[in-house]
Amino acid sequence: MTVNPQAPPTFTGNKALQIEEALSFEIGGFDRTGVDFPPAEDRPNRLGGLGRDSDIGLPGLSEPETMRHFVRLSQKNYAIDMGPFPLGSCTMKHNPRLNEKIARLPGFADLHPLAPQACAQGALELIDTLAFWLKELTGMPAVAMSPKAGAHGELCGMMAIKAAIDARGEGDKRTRVLAPESAHGTNPATAVQCGFTVEEIPGDATGRVDLAALKEKLGDDVAAIMVTNPNTCGLFERDIRAIADAVHEAGGYFYCDGANFNAIAGKVKPGDLGVDAMHINLHKTFSTPHGGGGPGAGPTVLAQALAPYAPAPYVVRQDGEYHLVETPSAESFGRLTAFHGQMGMFTRALSYMMSHGVDGIRQVAEDAVLNANYVLARLKGEMTPAFEGYCMHEALFDDRFLKDTGVETIDFAKAMIDEGYHPMTMYFPLVVHGAMLIEPTESESKRELDLFCDALLSLAKRAKAGAAEAFKAAPVYSPRRRLDETAAARKPVLRWTPAKAAE
Amino acid sequence: MTDLYTKDHEWVRAEGDLYVVGISAHAAEQLGDVVFVELPEAGKTFTKGDDMAVVESVKAASDVYAPISGEIVEVNAAVVAEPAKINEDAMGAAWFVKIKPSNASEIDALMDEAAYKEFAENS
Repeated sequence: MTVNPQAPPTFTGNKALQIEEALSFEIGGFDRTGVDFPPAEDRPNRLGGLGRDSDIGLPGLSEPETMRHFVRLSQKNYAIDMGPFPLGSCTMKHNPRLNEKIARLPGFADLHPLAPQACAQGALELIDTLAFWLKELTGMPAVAMSPKAGAHGELCGMMAIKAAIDARGEGDKRTRVLAPESAHGTNPATAVQCGFTVEEIPGDATGRVDLAALKEKLGDDVAAIMVTNPNTCGLFERDIRAIADAVHEAGGYFYCDGANFNAIAGKVKPGDLGVDAMHINLHKTFSTPHGGGGPGAGPTVLAQALAPYAPAPYVVRQDGEYHLVETPSAESFGRLTAFHGQMGMFTRALSYMMSHGVDGIRQVAEDAVLNANYVLARLKGEMTPAFEGYCMHEALFDDRFLKDTGVETIDFAKAMIDEGYHPMTMYFPLVVHGAMLIEPTESESKRELDLFCDALLSLAKRAKAGAAEAFKAAPVYSPRRRLDETAAARKPVLRWTPAKAAE
Repeated sequence: MTDLYTKDHEWVRAEGDLYVVGISAHAAEQLGDVVFVELPEAGKTFTKGDDMAVVESVKAASDVYAPISGEIVEVNAAVVAEPAKINEDAMGAAWFVKIKPSNASEIDALMDEAAYKEFAENS
């Protein structure tokens, strides 16, 4: 493919299908609206002096203008429906259309959360069935369905741990939580939110938890350990049983961050590994849309020791009928959300489970790990894996291969945009210098993976051949070039103001 | 004026009976453009190794640890107002806090410039 470097500027600023789009405030008018309301009837004003005394200041657009505005904006976005989305730790897998069809069934989609329970038996059964399979897949006896994201599920699990420790009368004594230095940032944040102090567990040379260092930090003041497995380096924590045993011996609980459950679902039951609490990202492992495409859902499974402290509401089956228990038990830590959780995600996740079956879920995990190892094997000649050996569902590289090229991780990522890819996760986990974390998921075909790997190999070769200047200039073909992230963070402009528009 | 360093990339410099603390130029370079700094309040006391401050760059958020035990006597408000100073002058104008040490012998455990340079190059 050749690109004409002298591509002339266009009058409109548009480049064929890449259409420039201004803010709705800039294209809309304050004197028009896309909706015609009938004139208000002459009724007495009951606002008691609280009525608006100035214009609301929102721009009006006609219906076609509104449609075009948002469609044009959406076309500037990258989406899993357009191409591979290799964001490590995010599990950006395909969102099957069958899920969407099921979620749109009027019996689910049009149900009001306050509908009488007698009219919502099907929905309650669906929640109960999903809960059953989540417990089955994790080997855990209880699950709280209401958490609405991964971090919310962490909060649920850690609040249950806090309640259990308080019930043992050790609330004042057990104040420390241990987390590996490679942990997701939400782990320490959740622990602090629950009133604990956090200490880092160092990793060993293989990228895993240093068991000896962990044991040294354990004591009768440790409330819990928070470990992700497979961890954020894409590696299975081989000592997981020994870790669990050590924490239990010290009287603490084992919170497992289930963000990477996709790699082991159907293969390993976290309950068998000694886990006491774990959230499950339905929006990762069970394919519900996320990352701008929809809300998350983070049901949290609990071991027997923590089950009594689970939040309300929850579904029970009694005499052939389903009931939503709204009143928390005396031991429960209370309530996390107003309603019972993300119904739209429950329907999609169960649809995914049912259409795959247990053997299908197992194959998902196997294919996700196979794809990541294929990427690792294909790239390791030119790029530098952060750790030796096989990986699980994601391949982690450091920036040693860019040493002395003048190209940094961020430049490499920006150059990927020009090749038509969403960049991988950058600079995370923090323990790896210039980290590039690639999670292809099981969704990608061999052909797609080969093209992706060839593109990255070609970029790596170009970087080493001395193309630093071109990398620093990337992206070239995107609607906007390199944005000034520093200025955006240091001097954020969060609000459109009319004065600015007049300039 | 001798600069001493920790393995967590803080520098320490004696000033009368106080010690001035900041993060090293090497750390600032590794972090990239710093966009946010959170410093402790004056009067707070820390034990060596405690989380003392937070630095956020476009790449990552990092904890800054107390290099020695003691009480915070003075805080550099200018670096909070203008985090960019850290990238411009990490070893000078972008100092973080001044600490009154509670155990001055802890200073002996810190690295001198040559030792830190070697440490930073190999880490």
